[in-house]
Amino acid sequence: MHPARKQRLIIVAIIVIGASAAAALIANALKQNLNLFYEPTRIVNGEAPIGRKIRVGGMVLENSLTRVPDSLTVQFVVTDYEAEVTVEFTGILPDMFTEEAGTVATGVLTEEGLFVAEQVLAKHDETYMPPEVAAALKNKPPSY
Amino acid sequence: MPLLGATSGRPLWMRLGSLLALGQWVFLVVAFICLTYAFLSDDFSVKLVAMHSNSALPWYFKFSAVWGNHEGSLLLWVLILASWTLAVGYASQSLPLDMRARVLSVLGMISIGFLMFIIFTSNPFERLLLNPVADGNDLNPLLQDFGLIIHPPMLYIGYVGFSVAFAFAIAALMTGNLDAAWARWSRPWTNVAWAFLTIGIALGSWWAYYELGWGGWWFWDPVENASFMPWLAGTALIHSLAATEKRGVFRSWTVLLAILAFSLSLLGTFLVRSGILVSVHAFASDPTRGLFILAFLVLVIGGSLLLYAIKAPAIRSNAKFGLLSRETFLLINNILLAIALSVVLLGTLFPLASSALNLGSYSVGPPYFNAMFVPLTLPMIALMGIAPYISWKRTNKVSDAIPKWFVAAITSLVLATLGTSLLSNQYQQDFHWGAFTTLTVSIWLIVSTTLHILSKAKHQQGLLSGLKRLSVSYWAMVIAHMGIAVTAIGIGLTSVYEQQKDVRMLIGDDISVSGYRYQLTAINTFEGPNFSGTRGDITVFNNEDVVAVLQPEKRFYYAARNVMTEAAIDPSLTRDLYVALGEELGEGAWAVRVHVKPFVRCIWLGALMMALGGFLAVTDKRYRRKGALNA
Repeated sequence: MHPARKQRLIIVAIIVIGASAAAALIANALKQNLNLFYEPTRIVNGEAPIGRKIRVGGMVLENSLTRVPDSLTVQFVVTDYEAEVTVEFTGILPDMFTEEAGTVATGVLTEEGLFVAEQVLAKHDETYMPPEVAAALKNKPPSY
Repeated sequence: MPLLGATSGRPLWMRLGSLLALGQWVFLVVAFICLTYAFLSDDFSVKLVAMHSNSALPWYFKFSAVWGNHEGSLLLWVLILASWTLAVGYASQSLPLDMRARVLSVLGMISIGFLMFIIFTSNPFERLLLNPVADGNDLNPLLQDFGLIIHPPMLYIGYVGFSVAFAFAIAALMTGNLDAAWARWSRPWTNVAWAFLTIGIALGSWWAYYELGWGGWWFWDPVENASFMPWLAGTALIHSLAATEKRGVFRSWTVLLAILAFSLSLLGTFLVRSGILVSVHAFASDPTRGLFILAFLVLVIGGSLLLYAIKAPAIRSNAKFGLLSRETFLLINNILLAIALSVVLLGTLFPLASSALNLGSYSVGPPYFNAMFVPLTLPMIALMGIAPYISWKRTNKVSDAIPKWFVAAITSLVLATLGTSLLSNQYQQDFHWGAFTTLTVSIWLIVSTTLHILSKAKHQQGLLSGLKRLSVSYWAMVIAHMGIAVTAIGIGLTSVYEQQKDVRMLIGDDISVSGYRYQLTAINTFEGPNFSGTRGDITVFNNEDVVAVLQPEKRFYYAARNVMTEAAIDPSLTRDLYVALGEELGEGAWAVRVHVKPFVRCIWLGALMMALGGFLAVTDKRYRRKGALNA
């Protein structure tokens, strides 16, 4: 083979191998880090996987926030006004976290239906509502 | 309405070029000053002011409130675009007239698009005449901060600056004249834009670090990604432009990168402004705005790619290069950056695409990006240590460099082993291979580059005069590359050795983190200009010596009824001590978040070095000489 062509072939081969390796790595990493969002209704209906990292979002139910004494562990109830999920979180809640406001938690659902969160997000200002929470609450006005 | 005045002159743009650029700039400045005046004078009959400002706000935050919202930030965007256009109009007197007219008209068309967007969907001067309000809603407290006064302008200067590279590329495509001259004209603009973008991103990261109170400096948030993607494309563009100017290779790829960098800037603007993201930056949630930007985006990207598809096949580069030439290294650099770019793009757009197609609402976690970036970045840094030794066109004189590489490799291995052992000992961890690898690669880059400077200087008589004779652009490259190494060290060491504890504390309680003892000594309340606050006094001891007294705050802003955490930081080059107050737990106890973050400052120091490199490169005599030649 012509030396220049041979050289070009080597370069192309390196690029192809590198690109496919990268593509495989990307696909694998993406698969492991996708966190699917579930409304409380779907969690109560048993549609959410147990022991896999997922996200849940909705409104924090009024008067549902309780603290475990002498620790940073809190429990609160997230609702879409049809079903309710209890969320447990150990750590510092975000500044804008309040009852009767939207929240999105990332964590794992246990066999008992308790959602153990490793991260809790709240809105950034008074008027803002996370789009996923807004969608979860669509056509479901508070019944009380 | 001054904006209308600016818009009406538009169709004449092509012919009058730089004069109209001046006119547009003047009108936009007037518009901007009007808006700023409305903010500073608390004119709450202007809707925007009523929504985003408050009479109790300090004046400098009133000023930054001008762009701390959707409409104002777009006005700033266009103003910056007009400034760039003006700069191109006047700095490029030496360009052939038709080229300059084309460049200016491309910039003008972008400007029309954005002005239409402002006028039809987001008019900043909308009035509230029927129900004037007594006082404004206040600026989001998160944005009431020094970093936020300068972060958006810096970022926008960078974003919009790529429009110049884009305009040059499009203009060159139209004429079909993609020669070395085109690359030389584009390079300084691209470098400046890139440097501003670097500063903008670094400021954003720094702001998130101390203002959000989580102690993180990068969250792989879609909005951060939106600014990071043009940066990656811009970095690739800078390198590929160098190859195009010097050797005439990769021409069509360079054009594609220029289009890509600006398209990604637009995409970033679209993602942030359309309200489809969950983010601090998402001010707007009006779907017509999103649709407008999306249409504009499709038009710009589609149009330029179409032009590219038509014209690109005609572009041929005849230059050949050997396997071990600098061209190959620049090619590898571009490939790695392109892969990194697609990783971020996929991770950012996948959740949007899947929710738009009703496939479920996903989010992509930071581990995905981290898992991808480490294997991409380390080889890139390692190769950066070799690249300067390699000459253009073909393999030669590598044998001279081998002993130096050997020295650099040994030095870096020894220093990295030493550094990792020391740090692991100090932070009570096992020998960490990740930290070791990062240190080795970064030190390798620093040592190898330093040796290269020395060997280059030695060719002249005397080391000092030799150092002086090195070209400015060479120094720029060296500083920017070292900046990468410094940032990599910062990222690696912070990620490995940082310690964080969330604790419940009563007054008098203490906690030890990484050898530092934090004691809560007092909790006081106080009044700020537009908020009331609680301040904790936390004394930090190292052994029995007092290192710092940190005063983290919790603030309650009256107008927006927002609670805000103000973290307290004791900074130094080798470690940051970071404390944030959580919420009150009752019975006098507070939740407190305590961090020790080794070398976190290096991340931003490195970014500043990169930006400095970008600015320096522009001052190189080469670009000015050409101007004098044609004047």
